Amino acid sequence: MPQFGFSISKPRAINLDTNDQVPAERLLQEVPELKTCIACGGCTATCTAGNLTDFNFRKMHTLVRRGEYREVYEQMDKCMLCGKCRLVCPRGINTRAVVIKIKRVLGDY
Amino acid sequence: MDKRVVIIGGGVAGMQAALALKERGAEPVILEKEERLGGKLRDWHRLFPTFTPAAEVLEPLREGIARAGIEVRTGAEVECLSEGGAVLRGGECIEGGATVICSGFDVFDARIKEEYGYGIYDNVFTTVDVERMFNEGRVATAQGGVPQRIAFLHCVGSRDEKVGAHHCSKVCCITGVKQAIEMKEMFPSAEIYNFYMDIRMFGPGYEELYRRAQLEYNINFVRGRISEASQTIDGRVQIKAEDTLVGRPLKMTVDMLVLIVGMKGGSRNVAFAGSGGLTVADNGFMQPQDSFLGNVSSGRKGIFYAGTVTAPKNIGESLNEGVAVAARVASYLGL
Repeated sequence: MPQFGFSISKPRAINLDTNDQVPAERLLQEVPELKTCIACGGCTATCTAGNLTDFNFRKMHTLVRRGEYREVYEQMDKCMLCGKCRLVCPRGINTRAVVIKIKRVLGDY
Repeated sequence: MDKRVVIIGGGVAGMQAALALKERGAEPVILEKEERLGGKLRDWHRLFPTFTPAAEVLEPLREGIARAGIEVRTGAEVECLSEGGAVLRGGECIEGGATVICSGFDVFDARIKEEYGYGIYDNVFTTVDVERMFNEGRVATAQGGVPQRIAFLHCVGSRDEKVGAHHCSKVCCITGVKQAIEMKEMFPSAEIYNFYMDIRMFGPGYEELYRRAQLEYNINFVRGRISEASQTIDGRVQIKAEDTLVGRPLKMTVDMLVLIVGMKGGSRNVAFAGSGGLTVADNGFMQPQDSFLGNVSSGRKGIFYAGTVTAPKNIGESLNEGVAVAARVASYLGL
């Protein structure tokens, strides 16, 4: 069949009626203080990986909490676990643990 | 000089002002348009951030008024100001040596934000409705069911050019957090989402309560304003917003949508300004003489303010202004 170059875009909306929240809930059980994130972006601003690549830690963990897991696992590979983000977090979140737990709970995705 | 002080409005600010004035030797008279003292607080269940029952604030004030023998005129709606006091509907003039305007605010009418469907869809409520339900001891969806998913929307009628409200009503953020916690206590298995533009926790204990809402009560806070709501075939509410922290649109269906309504200037303010030579500020509230040393003065001789007539305030601030205005009035009257 000839290809004319047309395609159908997938909906971009986060659909909280259908998203699987189980991995997100497991993550929050393991690192409960992540629930207190106020999205200041301090972690992302100080992130060594984020300054050299498109890695955005704040955005990634927020996506996980909304039940959006696509590409997050691969993105987490960019983290070098240096821990600077943990030093700057005003809510005292163990951000390094968040990275490791995200990889663990998303292993199946 | 005449020791009689005309107090317009018998809410917390008016009652506190009357009590403090009586202590200083003045003869206050409270003009209250409703049949009972208490103002907006009569419809409230518990107060942020301590979950104190509203009655624990109202009853001591009402008892104090009764004990002090302060004159109270209920069912007395003030039409406008007169030379030395107020003119009631029906034309009666109540006059004294000074007038304190404690007429409060109006609750934003959520029907104006038609896109949220308040008064159109079955399961869209306001924070005022929720307090009423708490008082009645029963919270349920319009169909009588137990809500499993509840969304709160902050800033309805605040910070919104479209409804002519540039101002922040300031107490709604913490009200939304308080009610979200109360809902979670009532329905522990329910999912609760608060949609906000900014979370402004200005008072002592507020930020701490917000943190507890996140950590202990698992309330989900999503930064983004709901743009529209629509009713599903089974009577639930579908909402759309942007999750601005990830930059993607978001949609979900909820059993209840609660609109956290803001405060607007009182509907009588224009009449007060016209008859008393006072100024209504751009935000619709009365303009005090200044924001610092003259914050309970009007700039006109013998006319003073206390409480939310001049700006959105919480109960504690309104009570403090009741005391502050009594000191200013007493010194004006030479007491």
